[in-house]
Amino acid sequence: MTAVRVLVGTRKGAFVLTSDGKREKWDVTGPHFAGWEIYHVKGSPANPDRLYASQSTSWFGQQIQRSDDGGQTWQSAGNEFSYDGIPGTHQWYDGTPHPWEFARVWHLEPSLHDPDTVYAGVEDAGLFRSTNGGQSWKELSGLRNHDTGSQWQPGAGGMCLHTILLDPVHEGRMFAAISSAGAFRSDDAGESWRPVTKGLRSEFMPDPEAEIGHCVHRIAMHPARPDVLFMQKHWDVMRTDNAGETWHEISGDLPTDFGFPISVHAHEPDTDYVVPITSDSLHFPPDGRLRVYRSRTGGNLWEPLTAGLPQENCYVNVLRDAMDVDSVDECGIYFGTTGGRVYVSADAGDSWSAAVRDLPSVLSVEVQTLS
Amino acid sequence: MIMVELPAHLRTLAGVSGEVLLDLPADGHAAVTLGEALDALEARYPVLRGTMRDYGTGRRRAFVRFFACKEDLSHEPPDFALPEPVLSGSEPLLVVGAIAGG
Repeated sequence: MTAVRVLVGTRKGAFVLTSDGKREKWDVTGPHFAGWEIYHVKGSPANPDRLYASQSTSWFGQQIQRSDDGGQTWQSAGNEFSYDGIPGTHQWYDGTPHPWEFARVWHLEPSLHDPDTVYAGVEDAGLFRSTNGGQSWKELSGLRNHDTGSQWQPGAGGMCLHTILLDPVHEGRMFAAISSAGAFRSDDAGESWRPVTKGLRSEFMPDPEAEIGHCVHRIAMHPARPDVLFMQKHWDVMRTDNAGETWHEISGDLPTDFGFPISVHAHEPDTDYVVPITSDSLHFPPDGRLRVYRSRTGGNLWEPLTAGLPQENCYVNVLRDAMDVDSVDECGIYFGTTGGRVYVSADAGDSWSAAVRDLPSVLSVEVQTLS
Repeated sequence: MIMVELPAHLRTLAGVSGEVLLDLPADGHAAVTLGEALDALEARYPVLRGTMRDYGTGRRRAFVRFFACKEDLSHEPPDFALPEPVLSGSEPLLVVGAIAGG
């Protein structure tokens, strides 16, 4: 019997939504860690009952929480994220040097094979790894210490490492994305990194095709075809067919190619999803109509998905970590809004309903398919 | 005995419902510094490490303040001697989340 568990991080706590494979009726528990910002909650692929949560506030800093029973109970894990060595400076918004300062964990990515190994992407941008279930953290400083590190700049949300992709096929290969530095690839399990930004173009930069400075919002991978990556950039939806060596634009007929999340269908590697947002200065859907766009051609040709979504007076946003898919036979698509709704489609996007309404602003959505 | 009042989020995190009593000053000592009180608090509740003071630098986090006896101790150095009413337990050491909206 298939079941689905949806892990929702919000501005004021975490929520766990569960349903059977029909995905029609939802049980909601929470808020866990009420009042705290939960940037991300994610389960281990190797042990789905092992969950990690990033809990923080500007007041009291960072906590990491761990559950071993699928989110029913939680224990505090280690919260010391110390950069390796003297971290130096990156660029501030105005291009002046600014000291590297830890702010919070944006993204937790558990290992594909070991429940006790988990990666953390942090602000100011850095990558950490724990091999003891989150009890202690060590920076993989080859990324931050890349020759270009002093040129990295924050995006509007801060200089965050928000995307970590683990390649299930090529041993040791992983990807990371940083706003607003770009996309990076490692082929030695995170020890050394290089930018993979050729083909990206960002008009807000003095040199629009520079290697560093692109505001990558999100990258998605289908595990069966890890050399193909889909990227939602500040502007432009992009694709690579060679693990980041070169990118090309696939925005095609989208009404706007600004947005935050991007996801790939669980069973169709060329079917992907974005949520177009009006512009960099208007972070809400065009015309007040919340539309997910689906491409069944790997990009360029997009169709709006609107059934069950508000088509008037809707001015919410969908943040970069707030969209995911399940792997039920009929692939389910999920996203959360800054208006506190989590929408579910049990038919690959053809129709939608709200699994829950009126939560705090949603920061992240992760889906576990349980058998 | 020193009495510490924590803000709601830190009480939840530490799993306490009221004031925290710290067995200070230590035997043979007449004074307790602000830093020693915070050290003892973190030793009792390790989950509070990093919530009031930064790892590494030990500096007070920007949105955390320390009050006692109607005085703001937030900008006092770690070796600041806590006032006598705090040492005697008649006045609490207050750990406060700064009022900053949200």
